[in-house]
Amino acid sequence: MIYFDHNASTPVLPEVVEAMRDCLAGLPANPSSAHREGQRARAAVERARAQVAALVHARPDEVVFTSGGTEGDHAGLIGAAWALEPRGRRVAISAIEHHAVHGAAEVLARSGFEVAHLPVGTDGWVPPDALDALPAGTTLVAVMLANNETGVLQPLAEIARRAHARGLRVLCDAVQAAGKVPVDVELLGADYLVISGHKFGGPKGAGALVVRRGAPFEALFRGSAHEGGRRGGTENVAGIVGLGVAAEQAGRDQPAEARRLLRLRERFEGLLHAAVPDLVVHGARAPRLPNTVNASFPGARSDHLLMALDARGIEVSAGAACASGAVEPSPVLRAMQVPRELAVAALRFSLGRASSEAEVAEVAAAVGAAVRAVRAATGGAGA
Amino acid sequence: MSGGLRVLVAMSGGVDSGVAAALLAEQGHDVTGVTLRLWCHGHVPAAPRACCTLEAIEQARAVARRMGFPHFVVEAEEVFRARVLQPFLDDYAAGRTPYPCALCNQHLKFGDLLARMRTLGADRLATGHYARIEPRAGGAPALLRALDAAKDQSYALALTPRAALPHLVFPLGALTKAEVRAHGRRLGLEPWDRPESQDLCFVPDGDYAGFIAKQPGGTRGTTPGPFVDRDGRRLGTHRGIIHYTVGQRRGVGLTAAEPLYVLAVDAARNAVVVGPRAALEAPGLVTARIDWLADPPPAAGAGAVVKIRYNHAGAPATLHPRAGGACEARFAAPQAAVTPGQLAVFYDGERVLGGAAIERALLSDEAAVPDEAATRGDAVRRDDTAARGAAATRDEAAGPDAATRDEAAARDDRATRGAAAPAGDHAPGHASAGAPAA
Repeated sequence: MIYFDHNASTPVLPEVVEAMRDCLAGLPANPSSAHREGQRARAAVERARAQVAALVHARPDEVVFTSGGTEGDHAGLIGAAWALEPRGRRVAISAIEHHAVHGAAEVLARSGFEVAHLPVGTDGWVPPDALDALPAGTTLVAVMLANNETGVLQPLAEIARRAHARGLRVLCDAVQAAGKVPVDVELLGADYLVISGHKFGGPKGAGALVVRRGAPFEALFRGSAHEGGRRGGTENVAGIVGLGVAAEQAGRDQPAEARRLLRLRERFEGLLHAAVPDLVVHGARAPRLPNTVNASFPGARSDHLLMALDARGIEVSAGAACASGAVEPSPVLRAMQVPRELAVAALRFSLGRASSEAEVAEVAAAVGAAVRAVRAATGGAGA
Repeated sequence: MSGGLRVLVAMSGGVDSGVAAALLAEQGHDVTGVTLRLWCHGHVPAAPRACCTLEAIEQARAVARRMGFPHFVVEAEEVFRARVLQPFLDDYAAGRTPYPCALCNQHLKFGDLLARMRTLGADRLATGHYARIEPRAGGAPALLRALDAAKDQSYALALTPRAALPHLVFPLGALTKAEVRAHGRRLGLEPWDRPESQDLCFVPDGDYAGFIAKQPGGTRGTTPGPFVDRDGRRLGTHRGIIHYTVGQRRGVGLTAAEPLYVLAVDAARNAVVVGPRAALEAPGLVTARIDWLADPPPAAGAGAVVKIRYNHAGAPATLHPRAGGACEARFAAPQAAVTPGQLAVFYDGERVLGGAAIERALLSDEAAVPDEAATRGDAVRRDDTAARGAAATRDEAAGPDAATRDEAAARDDRATRGAAAPAGDHAPGHASAGAPAA
């Protein structure tokens, strides 16, 4: 099996498995308990908080543990919008945000907030000057650091600079970026930042929301004073410990791993071009994550390709899945004005730690064969 | 079929296709399940991206998980709309009573999925239909009726392209429904006791007229117009032709000396022709262009049994090729309610020779056309009969139990059916939804 779907999830690192096993077996207490066993659990949580803070260059007390990206996006967008409500009831999100941010914006719209959508250019970039068009009363803007489908890195620092000049706060969904490129909340200028453990070798169900000091915030989950009153609920100790270990590893390995993956991806794209000369790589002109290739194969529908590659033991991703699991044309590609016939023929390849020269060669060859087979079987038009 | 083949299985979420897939997996084949997502019934606030077919898809997934094979959901709404739904709407607007399940089998299951089978490098495509495939030396395999006559779905498969036959597998063709349910229980594929749908998968409430009205251009066929008798005398006002089908009695609502049945729906004049039961019988029918499954196709004058709707018992007839690849069938005894749009499927014993949509009933006074002349141009059919014709044609017979569409569907509840989920096992009810229960 060749796994080229690391943007969906990554294998858990062995060190993480070990740390979590020790935690599950050896730290039974509630970190909020006053007794010694409780204090041991608390120590594990706080060690993880420091590890996570280090990954994104935040202060430990700015880190709020969550159940992952979706919760982080909800808590961040809604919690900030609520806290900023005295200044206005408008928020803006980019058109290519993850579903979780769109979902959080729907929650706000449900209670009367106005939600504006920042457009995206054909290269997958959110133009910073789009902020200039936002109406008065806008308090918060959400732009992701790296798009999950195309890997395109957004000009976040410039967006934050313009936002702050207008008195807007900035939420950055860095779920796909963390562990793959340097993420420095200070340099980016984000007021709120979201990461998720399973995208960089940690467990599913553990993530963090960074709330910068001074950034207004109201808790979404209430009823107890966990996480400094920013997120009620007994901590997922094992998950948090795993997240911390993964964050430490990712921070240590990221620079070298990014260089390795970039070389590998360039090799992969070259081989793909050779196998399918008319392919279209989305976001090719923009800076991208080193591990991601999103390409359309004209005349070969992505759901056919996905199944054909799966049958050859190669796991990739196609567009966005709807509730039924069927593959639909990606809203991100739509926002980039990719024509529909290309959008329904797109695959996302996302490499990771185990990816090798041999794997990219094998996948490129298999993609070529699958594209030829699908075109032959469906008359090239995509049935 | 011995183990070790790579098989793509179309899974609707119903018991039949679930057991079919599970049996293949149990026999050691490398099974991949696939569910076609054909249709979404709109959105509910709590789950904006949810789909009406989620439950069926989840059932199919559960079988795949239980049996340990992969399962995919495939978006097929575009093909479904173009190749199944639009012809369905057009047929209704034209006064016909379509049979969309056959088109779905033809274009989606044995079209789109067959293409998918090839791209997977799979050897076979399986479904949960009750029918059999029998290899033939030196030619394409034969499509046969199911062993269990009560469950036979070969009628719905008659439009299958001949070239698809060598690739098809019907694991349930030799089983009864009770045996299939027993296999389901044995394999732990619960719950299999839920009632099966009787209606078209895309009109789950059976309200065809209401469904059509909601589609783009759905006002076609909804304008009130005249009920007329066979001589063209106006007897009253109908509610729009989409509400009527040949053989229907209830819902006509005209006072007359004897019960009146719908004999024909004349879209060109927006008229519904009614008459006595005896006038529903016809001596034969003419099909649309037919692509025979049998190779070579039946010779002119060959005998066959023809089924004119899903639940029809079948009637002996002789077959006569007509111009443009159509086929004329002359019944040994007149048949009631020959309904344009439904399929005529021709059998030689167990074997399906082929099938095509019924174009029209044969006129009682239509002279038997010499086969040679007919293939040159259908010269005998008179244009003036064509005008009255669509109407007059049906002037010949009585559906023993004619009923409204809804009643026909309800009546069919007695029959055990294949699951009616979207990608799925064909639900026979579709067939007779528009035809009288005979």
